[in-house]
Amino acid sequence: MTLPATTTGAIAAIVTMALVTYLTRAGGVFVMSRVPIGPKVERFINAMAGSVLVAVITPMAIQGDWGARLALLVTLAVMLATQKALGAITAGVVAAALWRLW
Amino acid sequence: MTPSPPGAQLDLAGTLSGIRRMAPLSLFVVVFGLAFGVAALSRGLSGLETMLMSALVFAGASQFAALELWGPEIPLLPLIAITFAINARHLLMGAAIQPWLAYLPPAQRYGSVVLMSDSNWAMAVADRQRGETNLGMLVGGGIALWVTWLAGTLLGVIFGSGIEEPERFGLDVIMGCFLLAMLIGGRRDLSMLLPWAAAALTAVAAMAWLPPHSHVIVGALAGGLAGLLFPAKQTRKPSP
Repeated sequence: MTLPATTTGAIAAIVTMALVTYLTRAGGVFVMSRVPIGPKVERFINAMAGSVLVAVITPMAIQGDWGARLALLVTLAVMLATQKALGAITAGVVAAALWRLW
Repeated sequence: MTPSPPGAQLDLAGTLSGIRRMAPLSLFVVVFGLAFGVAALSRGLSGLETMLMSALVFAGASQFAALELWGPEIPLLPLIAITFAINARHLLMGAAIQPWLAYLPPAQRYGSVVLMSDSNWAMAVADRQRGETNLGMLVGGGIALWVTWLAGTLLGVIFGSGIEEPERFGLDVIMGCFLLAMLIGGRRDLSMLLPWAAAALTAVAAMAWLPPHSHVIVGALAGGLAGLLFPAKQTRKPSP
């Protein structure tokens, strides 16, 4: 099932995202007041949170050009070294720009 | 954990103090919002759609990831799955403060989590552990973050609409770099390497053999299941 990227379709997609996101914000409070969330569910959610990002990033590295790959590598390196997200993202973007300039 | 005092209130004074305390931190959010605005325009969203997404969804990583699905058609099921999987941590955050919120009437209880995100939640939890009963940090901090996220997005929309070829300046990679930075910054725990490897491998396999965009769902589920293979975390053991 897909939505067309017309204004109506895009707004429907955004409203859907907003509803799903509110469901996650309120859902934990709602569920916890009835059944406690166990350690297994917690481990599944913690592992899934990072994994979905990995699943989104991996194709970018595989299908992207060398500028995109370099950007990801530089972001990774700066992030591991400094833990500063803004600096790491900026370094990645600058790396891609310089690579394509050259 | 230190025992928390019973009771909870939500009032204007506490909310205003929450806004004030979050203000310095939320200035950083402007820059992330700017990056999102630029990235969204480069993926073909209109300025209005970009602002609407920041205002209604208000969850950076899922907004960036959703851009990856944007095209002439928007696949609905992957969009729902990606939004849920990235924001599923809210479930744990909400569950953690549920005993506190339970003192409030239902409208306030479910209203005060509308703008719950990582930093205002963390500061509110710290307040609670110090003995504070006022929830103003959660609500006020959320308001401060929401306003600056919108302001940043608006700046990004204004700035981004003046750029003809975003790829030339490397602006198309903002999305990937942002998500990677969130991934590395969120958890520095080697036990996550197995779930992440499972997610990467299954995502690549799904891209080759399964319908378009299903790799996100497959990777998220595979990673979650791989996470179950580990025994409970060491830190959860009761201290001697």
